[in-house]
Amino acid sequence: MTTDVTAQPTVKLVGTEVRRVEDDRLVRGQGQYADDVLRGALEMAVLRSPHAHARILDIDVSGVLDVAGVHAVYTYDDLTGAMAEPLPLLIPHAALTHGRTQYALAKDEVNHVGEAIAVVVADNRYLAEDAVARISVDYEFLTPVVGIPAARAAEHQVHADVPGNVAARLEQNVGDAEAAIATAPHRLALDLDIERSASMPMEGRGVVARWDTDARRLQVWTSTQTSTGVRAAVAAKLGLDLVQVDVITPDVGGGFGVKIMHPWPEELLVPMAARALGQPVRFTEDRREHFISSAHERAQQHHVEVGFDDEGRLLGLSVEFWHDNGAYTPYGLIVPIITSTQLLGPYKPQSYKVVFESLYTNTVIVTPYRGAGRPQGVFVMERTMDAIAAYLGLDRTVVRENNFIRPDEFPYDHGLTFQDGRALVYDSGDFPESLRKLKELVDWDGFERVRAEARAEGRKVGIGIGCYVEGTGVGPYEGAHIHVETSGKVKVAVGLTSQGQGHQTAFAQIAADELGVRFEDVEVVAGDTRRMPYGVGTFASRAAVMSGSAVALTARMVRAKALRIAAEALGASADDLEIVDGVIRVVGDPAKSIALGTVAVLSNPLRYAFDEASKAATQFSVGDPGKPPVAEDDEPGLEARDFYSPMRATFANGMHAVIVETDPDTAEIKILKYALVHDCGTIINPMIVTGQIHGGVAQGVGGALYERMAYDENGQLLNASFMDFLMPYATEVPESIEMDHLETPSPLNPLGIKGVGEAGLIPTSAAVASAIEDAEGFPITAMPISPSELFALRLAHASKGTTDEDRR
Amino acid sequence: MKPSPFEFLRPATLAEALEALAGNPHAKVLAGGQSLIPLLSMRLAAPEMLVDINGLDELAYVRASTDGVRVGALARHAEVQADADAERVQPLLAQALALVAHPTIRNRGTTVGSIVHADASAEMPVVLSLLSGSLTVASAASTRTIPASELYAGPMESTLQQGEIATEAFFPALAPGAGVAFDEIARRHGDYALCGVAAVVTVDDARKVESVRCGYLSVCEVPTVLDLSEVFASGAVGDAALAAAGELALGSLEPEADIHASADYRAQLVRVLTARVVRAAYDDAVDRSDRRVR
Repeated sequence: MTTDVTAQPTVKLVGTEVRRVEDDRLVRGQGQYADDVLRGALEMAVLRSPHAHARILDIDVSGVLDVAGVHAVYTYDDLTGAMAEPLPLLIPHAALTHGRTQYALAKDEVNHVGEAIAVVVADNRYLAEDAVARISVDYEFLTPVVGIPAARAAEHQVHADVPGNVAARLEQNVGDAEAAIATAPHRLALDLDIERSASMPMEGRGVVARWDTDARRLQVWTSTQTSTGVRAAVAAKLGLDLVQVDVITPDVGGGFGVKIMHPWPEELLVPMAARALGQPVRFTEDRREHFISSAHERAQQHHVEVGFDDEGRLLGLSVEFWHDNGAYTPYGLIVPIITSTQLLGPYKPQSYKVVFESLYTNTVIVTPYRGAGRPQGVFVMERTMDAIAAYLGLDRTVVRENNFIRPDEFPYDHGLTFQDGRALVYDSGDFPESLRKLKELVDWDGFERVRAEARAEGRKVGIGIGCYVEGTGVGPYEGAHIHVETSGKVKVAVGLTSQGQGHQTAFAQIAADELGVRFEDVEVVAGDTRRMPYGVGTFASRAAVMSGSAVALTARMVRAKALRIAAEALGASADDLEIVDGVIRVVGDPAKSIALGTVAVLSNPLRYAFDEASKAATQFSVGDPGKPPVAEDDEPGLEARDFYSPMRATFANGMHAVIVETDPDTAEIKILKYALVHDCGTIINPMIVTGQIHGGVAQGVGGALYERMAYDENGQLLNASFMDFLMPYATEVPESIEMDHLETPSPLNPLGIKGVGEAGLIPTSAAVASAIEDAEGFPITAMPISPSELFALRLAHASKGTTDEDRR
Repeated sequence: MKPSPFEFLRPATLAEALEALAGNPHAKVLAGGQSLIPLLSMRLAAPEMLVDINGLDELAYVRASTDGVRVGALARHAEVQADADAERVQPLLAQALALVAHPTIRNRGTTVGSIVHADASAEMPVVLSLLSGSLTVASAASTRTIPASELYAGPMESTLQQGEIATEAFFPALAPGAGVAFDEIARRHGDYALCGVAAVVTVDDARKVESVRCGYLSVCEVPTVLDLSEVFASGAVGDAALAAAGELALGSLEPEADIHASADYRAQLVRVLTARVVRAAYDDAVDRSDRRVR
């Protein structure tokens, strides 16, 4: 049910299914994406390496400028100053002893198919591509390193100065896990793998830049998850002052993590070319380029050793894993750190050891993709839980319950360091209640009847479960600027960006509630550094937590100022005032009132009257001739800017259950039922939350059953198109998802919000693997899984005669 | 993802189109463009000239008669699929076309274009081959008819000559006593199949199997048709015979491996789909015979 907010203006909006204000424009095709900005700009095309690993001996660009309509060609030799230095290593870490980043254009060496070598700027993309085809490069071929086993074997190195291909090794310990395992009543060892996938937004990367020669200012529109980050990077790399650079995020057709990576080579080369040529320049990535030159994620191999008691309680857990970081490490160790910490989920092992190596391969770089290391960690932990349950002959939910952190144990300190450099401390949650709700939703206890019925029909079905905890809303901070215009309209600007999450709706709900104005009088702008120059970005399920909190705090400041001015004007005490529908009035005496817009006029005593509202206001603007018009500790204008900076992340959680059917003949895998319970604290807009979860589950199903990056041993990506990279269609995802909510508000922020952006896909692979294992009766240790692979497993287990007994 | 430069011609008559093709050995014909345009955009094909035949209304037809269905070069998949007479005369057409990609692709893609593109993963080349149909091709000099059995030379390679335009595909009518079926397994709805099988089964008046022929797509490098009648010599369609049919087929097929399916898995799909489709075609044949008798 949706609420018509215009009909019920005084309804509390937070918690209400307010229709997204973005959608009318977007579904009518009136979105304005990077490719729609500054039509007629010159266009850039990129020469990308066709080889996974090679030394560049010579680049011959002669003949390129002969193509009519070509304006410029750039190679590494044309880069100067900071542009000639490697791209930034965004998130350094002490353990990242061998961090490496690429150059904006390859210098001497290429390390993956798709690495940028040269760019051409021409009248249009057709001509630019024609000209790129004229560039010839002499290569000396080097042996590519592809896949984790090859990287570990290290017979060949990706970077000559990185021995063993090891970029980083990080170990964390809580207690003595190895000793605990050695003395535990029961022990198991598992090897668990996850393959590569990628964010794959509908809109790829895109950047447009205009250099204003007269004003000496650069304007950049880019499809990013961080406009402030791009701004700082562009200014630093091009040697401009920050105030000379504006970065504006137009509509963004999805990000899912890949667009938090910045600056992309093209994000620097386009502004560089625009400035050099004095003309607007655009780069719009095509799909093949997105596959081979943006970023991937997920590939990890894990070895687990676990010791447990008769009830399946974890006495010692030791996890060693190998993370494929691709050719470079611009985003640091965020993904494997998240795996290593979030793997613990809702459980409390008595001791824990985790060690990972981050390894170079001659493949596309790895940066966070929705879930960001959590799907792998949850897969590892949940497969371990299932293995323990199978070993002990216990129900899988009982083993989980026996390991849960209890509701009275919050805040719960794991004794580890999280991805934000802060302690891993869970703030709130109720895992037993979540599990109870989930079991009810999916009728867990009634499933044996379902199985028996299916078996009688010759069908195979299985049920699986996956539980997760997700650290959301990491710092360092976000801010908001709120300005009340003299018309009473409220303009909100946040520093982070929107990629379709509905920020304009959700933040307007918060601002309207806090200020007491009508929803339709609030307009939210995100990701425009002209409006809000301080911000971090949209990632880690943080926008609602961070910017939502900042909007609330800022709105409270504006409200306080409005009440102070109104109190003076009305001759009342501020404590006796309320704001309803944009009108400040004395509680119990609504005749004594003043419009918020009028207060905005009063707040700026130097302004003339231009309209009816200000004319009406002049009668109040007598002021005290003995005081300055603007008090010493005050400023003109009804506006405020405030920031929210939490001590640490807030932890959302959830549990998914799935019922699958596997075809006995064709090994096709069909999802019959998908149910989940999630807890993201206070819900701002249930419709948006539901949409986030639905989309997440769809993406999770893609990761579980369809999507993988198929590299051959030469480092060629064999499926770099939507024909062969199997992103699920609407026909492949569950028709309905049964959902139940739990709201345990976070004590860490003013509204009790926890993030939900990634929730839908985090445990999907774990739950689907659990269900397939349940249907088939043999372990599922690697995801994604295709019918062809399931068929191969059936043959292997049939020939081995493997049963559940063998797993003990 | 932008094509390299090409000359573009949109003739008003077939003669004009043929003349243009004859004049440029590096010209390609553009009809529905569902395969050619992506190839151009990825610069996997770079013809000097495109001869766009979308203006040749004379080729936009579907004609069903008692002997079969004639499909002109500009008939879109969707038009052939929706043609009730064509479905009555040769029901395999509509069954197969429902499995061709998605509606948006069927709205633009042409059946004849798919046949000459010679993709062994496509449905319509197999249908033409299984039904022993033929293709009429014209050049500036002459017109000839290529039987389906002589149409496919290798992967993505037909026996059309440079300068020729395929003008019409002919799908023979369903014979009395015959039934048809088509099934395939794809990773996603509308994708190229991992394996697809079409069957024509004929029965006698006593409902006994007379002949069984199956066409296979996505299994080998070219569309492949096999006669599996020998394992149904008893005339019955039992589980044992159906299983034997799959094995017999595999004796003549060499399933290929790719990133979506191992060769073993494809072989399994050949077994499963052969059994399913032969049974369904047999049921269809019996059903049609019963209706004819009534």
